[in-house]
Amino acid sequence: MSLRTRELLNLVLVGLLTAAGFASVYIARQDVVSAGSLSYAAFFVALFVVAHVILRMRLPHADPYLLPLGGLLCAIGLTEIYRIDPDLAFRQGLWVVVGVAVFAVLVLFVRDYRSLDSVKYILGLSAIALLVLPALPGIGRTINGATLWVDIGPLVFQPGELAKVLIVVFLAGYLRDNREMLSFGVGSGRLPSPKHLGPLLLIWGGAMLVLFQTRDLGGALLYFAIFLVMLYTATARWSFAAVGLALFLLGAFALYQVIPHVQDRVEGWLDPWSDPQGETYQLVQSIYAISGGGVFGSGLGQGILVSPEGESYIPFLETDFIFSAVAQELGLAGAAAVVLLYLLFAFRGFRISMLADDGFSKLLAAGLTAAVAIQAFIIIGGVTGLIPLTGITLPFVSYGGSSIVANFVVLALLLMVSDRVGRAER
Amino acid sequence: MNPQIRRLFFAFTFLFVALIATATYWLWRAPDLEARQGNPSLIVRQLEVRRGLIYASNGTTVLARNRKRELEDGRVWWLRRYPERELTAHAVGYSTIARSRTGLEQSLNDFLTGSNANLSTVIDSTLDKLRGLTQQGNDVVTTLDANAQRTAMRELAPDCGAAVALEPATGRVLVLASSPSFDPNLAEARFRRIEQIQAPCAPAAPLLDRATAGRFVPGSTFKVVTAAAALDTGRFTPESEFDDPGYCVEYGRRVFNYSDQGTPSGYGRVTLAEAVENSINSVFCNLGKELGADTVLDYAEGFGFYDRPPIELPSDEVLISGLYQNGRLYRPEDASQVDPGRLAFGQERLIVTPLQMALVAAGVANDGVVMEPQLVQRIVAPDGDVIERFDPEEWKQAIKPGTAAELTAMMTRVVESGTGTSAQISGVDIAGKTGTAETGVAGRNNTWFIAFAPAGNPKVAVAVALSNQSGTGGATAAPIARAIMQAILGRNP
Repeated sequence: MSLRTRELLNLVLVGLLTAAGFASVYIARQDVVSAGSLSYAAFFVALFVVAHVILRMRLPHADPYLLPLGGLLCAIGLTEIYRIDPDLAFRQGLWVVVGVAVFAVLVLFVRDYRSLDSVKYILGLSAIALLVLPALPGIGRTINGATLWVDIGPLVFQPGELAKVLIVVFLAGYLRDNREMLSFGVGSGRLPSPKHLGPLLLIWGGAMLVLFQTRDLGGALLYFAIFLVMLYTATARWSFAAVGLALFLLGAFALYQVIPHVQDRVEGWLDPWSDPQGETYQLVQSIYAISGGGVFGSGLGQGILVSPEGESYIPFLETDFIFSAVAQELGLAGAAAVVLLYLLFAFRGFRISMLADDGFSKLLAAGLTAAVAIQAFIIIGGVTGLIPLTGITLPFVSYGGSSIVANFVVLALLLMVSDRVGRAER
Repeated sequence: MNPQIRRLFFAFTFLFVALIATATYWLWRAPDLEARQGNPSLIVRQLEVRRGLIYASNGTTVLARNRKRELEDGRVWWLRRYPERELTAHAVGYSTIARSRTGLEQSLNDFLTGSNANLSTVIDSTLDKLRGLTQQGNDVVTTLDANAQRTAMRELAPDCGAAVALEPATGRVLVLASSPSFDPNLAEARFRRIEQIQAPCAPAAPLLDRATAGRFVPGSTFKVVTAAAALDTGRFTPESEFDDPGYCVEYGRRVFNYSDQGTPSGYGRVTLAEAVENSINSVFCNLGKELGADTVLDYAEGFGFYDRPPIELPSDEVLISGLYQNGRLYRPEDASQVDPGRLAFGQERLIVTPLQMALVAAGVANDGVVMEPQLVQRIVAPDGDVIERFDPEEWKQAIKPGTAAELTAMMTRVVESGTGTSAQISGVDIAGKTGTAETGVAGRNNTWFIAFAPAGNPKVAVAVALSNQSGTGGATAAPIARAIMQAILGRNP
């Protein structure tokens, strides 16, 4: 069986699950199955079949599991959002269309992704520009204590999501060029020369600055963890990662002292029951939702998530806390399944990276994969109380246009690397 | 780079397993979490019960009722509505999914949902469940006088403050008013509108029940307690004489009377009764030094200080009155740690609630016996049977009846010709005491009035406290107390 046929079969499976999900929400909420809800599922499947056909044309040797994995995560998110608020689900559906369109454009028109290497500094600078954008007066928007949004006319978006991808591309190119120097150092000592260490410290400083500017602990943690993971991958020196982590913790601790928002989050994590009607309300409600789901959950559409007035008990349920909603309605089984889907995604992504034969491709695939996995860990860890809660989207699942589009870009790049690997293998 | 990538994958495997372990941990904790206040699943289950109604004392004015809501899936929810809105928002409280419960809605939840552990109600509700009927809770009839409560709320607005009125002989709470108030109907879905309520104090804290948990400095109203100690110990009489130079010397420094800060003129030679009538600080300062802080605090305890008034509200909504240090209740072992002079006229670090000061007035009115404050008259089953009737209970024996009579006479003079004349009601003898507690900032006084009436045969005891006032207690709080007493006495003179 060819890779693409396997992919198609996987997508059919995803389609069936999506149809079942929409139908069960509809049954719970309307007492009747309407053809309308099934047509949503059909439309959703058609969208991914289009992506599949494009892969068949352009990247026949790409991994057959990544697109269905992304599709399934998208479907889980869309179903849960549909259950929370059908209007939001419609908008999320539109964003998935945009995401697939961007995916198609990249796959169809980027002849060789390695040409990105030559514009890496431009991409790196663009990433910084994107990160600084929300801090600019006039267009920046602060939601829930973090300045992450840019508001231009009718469009509100989170530039940080796209910056994440650009940073990975830049680091892949930069670390490939400098990995020898960084690994072995120069001169008598084991330390790399300042010339090579300089840019790394610059990035650390940049991450701290962004963190300070935007109050976005989750984003800063994500960017910095991506950086450390890629640095370790490139140099094999875990001491770099350890020193980097120590520096980050130091910076975070300093910020903890001065930013009350960060203090609240950390204190709420240490003792969620200290102020369940105030500071820790979100986390406590999230824990209630997760624990209330039981092993198999209340069933889609039957969880206790939204009041009769239409307000969700957990603020930001459809974005940051979507995992809690899934855990409530699909239970521990569903929650664990979502986590395992990310693990599977990481497995396929890292596999591509290991099979790739050039440094840029290896680092690119490892970085993109790590970005998705780290992001999933930060937010799931946050809403379950494993680590301090920081607002960040759950890749492919959370409501949010910037996040969906950025993750489809990640998917396209990974599949491009994968196709090159596949061609070389034959 | 492959070994690193492989290790990375193992690291992520470990992290993801940790996520699943955390989710599993919460599942394991579920039985404990489910019973917590604020867990929507617990509350939603109780929404399927038709809660009992909450009535004012007349048994007809409905303070909390239900609105039926049929869900899309055919289930029926009973959502709470509060037809009187702001009127009894603090005493009755609210029952919501998003914001849990407060007030009587919380403390009487078992009765209101019919899940109180009484054999007959358990059998009834089990039968209802088996028959598929909506479970129905028990109705609660409070002691609140809707008319007087309305008067109190109207008079308090827009100031920040509270008013409490009790029936001295029974401890029944006739008025429990706190301002600013809020509309409990907004608590479920439009909580932000409550948080945005403005008032001439910061924070406005509309949710705080200032009547039972407001932190006020008692000021001169505490002189009633000091005078009670002076008389009850037998060491002084209303005719005991003092010299008032306009100030009192403590620790080598002068503590001045209220009305003449810095200009020591004084009333000269006065009796204790005159000192109460004109609220002379220097006399009480000296009285406090003579009695000692310990004796004064003992009598305060006799009136209920240092003990949580056993009103039927959630205990976290009822503050204990007494000395506070660093935000904590503080009962010094060693009396020398307390300034007896400033304690005697209600400054020091005293923090009291209007409920406590109403209990002081009620105790004097009831021959020295403080009754348990009681907010609920009876609980009635859906079939009309009275499940529980709340009878008056003695709480504290504060002072001897003779002392109470002497205090009554002194307090009557306060309203007749002293600082509290603006509380006068024609044809009714009123015993009262004003208070103006300075916070050190102009326009930021706590003002007070406590009173009971009719002085000869008390039917009502009242306490009114206001924060951020520029006037005196006699000018600001006494007229409010007067209006409340009139509303209560007007109907049963």
